[in-house]
Amino acid sequence: MSSIVSYGSYIPRYRIRSEEIAKEWGENPENIKNGLLIYSKSVPGPDEDVLTISAEAAKNALRRSSIDKKTIGAIYVGSESHPYAVKPTSSILVEALGLPYDIHSADYEFACKAGTAAMQNVMGMVDSGMIENGIAIGSDTSQGAPGDALEYSASAGGTAIIIGKEGFADINRTYSFTTDTPDFWRREGEKYPSHGGRFTGEPAYFKHVITAAKRMMEMQSTKPEDYDYAVFHQPNGKFPTRAAKMLGFKDEQVKDGLLTPYIGNTYSSSMIIGLSAILDKAKSGDRILAVAFGSGAGSDAFDITVNDRIKNLRRENSPGVMEQVNRPIWLDYATYVKFRGKIIMRGA
Amino acid sequence: MRDVYIIGAGTTKFGELWDSSLRELASEAGLKALMDAGIYAEDIDALYGANTSGGQFVDQEQVAALIADYSGISELNIPSIRIEAGSASGGAALLQAFLAVKSGQYETVAVGGVEKMTDVPSEVANEIIGGSLDAEWETFFGATEASLAAMVAKRHEYDTGVKREDYAQFPVIAHKHGSMNETSHFRNVIKIEDVLKAPFVSEPLTVFDTAPISDGASALIISADKKKIKNAEHPLRIKSSTAANDFLSLHDRKSIDRFGAVRKSTKSALELAGLEVGKVDVFEIHDSYSIAGLIQMEEILGKEAIRMTRDGEFYYNSSHPVNVSGGLKAHGNPLGASGVYQAVEAVLQLRGNAGTRQVKNAENIMIHNMGGLGTTSVTSIIGVD
Repeated sequence: MSSIVSYGSYIPRYRIRSEEIAKEWGENPENIKNGLLIYSKSVPGPDEDVLTISAEAAKNALRRSSIDKKTIGAIYVGSESHPYAVKPTSSILVEALGLPYDIHSADYEFACKAGTAAMQNVMGMVDSGMIENGIAIGSDTSQGAPGDALEYSASAGGTAIIIGKEGFADINRTYSFTTDTPDFWRREGEKYPSHGGRFTGEPAYFKHVITAAKRMMEMQSTKPEDYDYAVFHQPNGKFPTRAAKMLGFKDEQVKDGLLTPYIGNTYSSSMIIGLSAILDKAKSGDRILAVAFGSGAGSDAFDITVNDRIKNLRRENSPGVMEQVNRPIWLDYATYVKFRGKIIMRGA
Repeated sequence: MRDVYIIGAGTTKFGELWDSSLRELASEAGLKALMDAGIYAEDIDALYGANTSGGQFVDQEQVAALIADYSGISELNIPSIRIEAGSASGGAALLQAFLAVKSGQYETVAVGGVEKMTDVPSEVANEIIGGSLDAEWETFFGATEASLAAMVAKRHEYDTGVKREDYAQFPVIAHKHGSMNETSHFRNVIKIEDVLKAPFVSEPLTVFDTAPISDGASALIISADKKKIKNAEHPLRIKSSTAANDFLSLHDRKSIDRFGAVRKSTKSALELAGLEVGKVDVFEIHDSYSIAGLIQMEEILGKEAIRMTRDGEFYYNSSHPVNVSGGLKAHGNPLGASGVYQAVEAVLQLRGNAGTRQVKNAENIMIHNMGGLGTTSVTSIIGVD
C-alpha cells in the first residue's frame, strides 16, 4: 500500500482583506465575510508563480524526510495557472529541486483537483512497483476578474506530497467520481475564468463532494465518527462547512483543515493544503477523510490513517501551515492589482 | 356569448431546474394539463405558447412550434402561436386563448407558459429581464428593472407615507404561502428582518424584495365544448379576461408610482365578470417586486390596502388572501410561465385541492399578470358557476 512519506506547503505572505476588495466595488463586506466565510486571501508576490510556489512546497516536503532524492522517480504538478501554456512546470522543478533526470514528469490540469489527480497517479506507480517514491504537487496562483465574486477567493499557495512505500500515513483507499458538469471554465487565451454562478453549488460542488465522500465511507464501511479529521475542497468557507454538516461531521473534525476563510481558495492546493495543516498536528492512529473537488467536474476522495512512522518525520524542519497563515503582510487594493498584473503597464 | 372553461391544468415545479430543458419543461406541463382535462392531444384546436425571451435565454425562438412538436401534435398542423408581452406573456396568452374560444373560432385550446432562465449567469438573466424596458430611454442609460422599482418605492414612500416595513410584508406573506406549496421555488418561511437586512439589489430593495430567477412551465386546457366540459372533473369558468397598457417608459407617465393599466384592467375584468371587488375571494398578483405588489393591491382595493398590509389581512386564512400560491416571490418567476401558473393556482384553490394553503369557500379568484412595472396588465377572473 502506498503512503505519504512527507509533505510540505507554501503560502505567499501577502494578503488582502475582503473589506479592502469590497470597498472598491461598493459591496457590503459583511456579505462576503458572513455569506462566503472569507475574511482574507493570499496574494502571490510579483516574482512568485506556480513554479516558485511548487518549488517552495516541495523543498518544505523534502526537508522533513530523510529519503534520498535519487529514489524519486516521478514528479507531477497539478495547476490551472501553469506559467506556460506549452512548456512544463514539472521539468523546471526537476532541475530546481535537484532531482535525478531519469524521472517521469508531467503537468496536470483538472480545475481544483489536479493536485489530487497527481497524487493518485503517483500512488498507482508506487503500488505497481514502477517507482519507489514520487512527488505530487497541487499549486496555483488562481485568477479572479476584478469585481467578480471570485476576486474575494482566488488566491495562491501550493502543497507537495511525497508518496512511497514506507510513509507515515497510509492511503487506505482512493476513489474518484467524475461527470461532465460545466460549472467553471476558462477557455484558451482568456485571462479570467467564467463560472455558472449558483450552478457551481448543488449540481457541481455538493453533488460530487457528497457522493465521493459517501461512496468512500460505504467502501470502507466507515462512518463520520470513525474519522479524527475531515477535509474538503474549499472554494469558500461556506461550502465545505455545509458539506461537512450534510455528511454528519462535527466542527472539531473539520476546523483544522479549513483554511479558505484566512488564505482564500488556493485551487489545486485547496484541499491538500487543508490536509497539510491536519498532518501538522496529526498523531499515530489518526484517521482522515480528504475529498477534493475539481470543476468540470469531479471529486477525488482519500481515506488515510497515520502510522507510527510519524515519529521519524521531522515536521519541525519546515514551517507548518498555520505558521505560514499567521505571518501576513497586508496589501491595499492598489498594490494588490499591481502585484496581480491587473493594471496595464507601458510596454505591456 | 358562450361560456369558456378551464378544464385542465398542469405545472412543473418552479426553481433552479438544472436537469430540465425548455422543451422538457413545456411538454411536462402540457401533458399534465391534457391528462388533467381527460382529453387527447388530437382534441386541441390551437396552442398559445407564452414565452418572454427564449431567444436570449436559450437561443430558441418559435417556442410555440417547439412546444407543439415536443407534445407530439405537430402532425395535426394546428396553429401554434407564441405570445410575448414581457413578464405578462402568460396572462396575455390566456387572454388570447379565451378570446379565440369565446369567439367560436376554436372549441378547445391549450395555453402553455415556459421559461428556462438558469442556463445563463444571473447577471445575463438580469440584462434579459431588462429587455422589457425601453431600450433607448431606460436601459441605454443604465436603468435595470430593479433600479426603476427602487425609484418607484422611494417615490411611493414620499407620496403616500408608506413605510419600508409595509411593502416588506409582501415577501414575508409570499414565503409563508409558498412554504405550503410543493411546486414552489422557495419553501422557507422568512421574517421581516430577513427582508430588511438582506443585501441590496437597488436601495431600498433587497434580494428578498425581488422575485427570483426561475425555470418552470405551466399549462391550461380551455374549452367551450359542452361534452368536454361535462366530462371534465371540475371545470371552472373564466368569467372575464382583459388587458390594459401604460407608457413603456416610466418617465412618460404622470406618476411613476401609480399603475394606471393595473387600475384599468382589474376594473374592467370585474365589470366584464359582473362582480364587485368584494366578491373576489383570492387575489393572485404580480409581486415581481414587493413595492409592485403593494401598489397593485392599492390599485385594486384603494388606499385601504396599505392598512390591510399592516394588519396582516392578506394571509391565506385572513379576509383578503393575496398570492396564496407563494406568488412570484416564493413560488418562482419563470417569466412566461408565471401568469399561466396564476391560473393553475386558481384552479387548485377553486377545486379545493390547495392542501394546507387552501382558502375556505373561495368562489372567485382574480389573477393579475404584469409586464414591466405596470406597462402591460392582464387580469382574468376565474370562478365557480
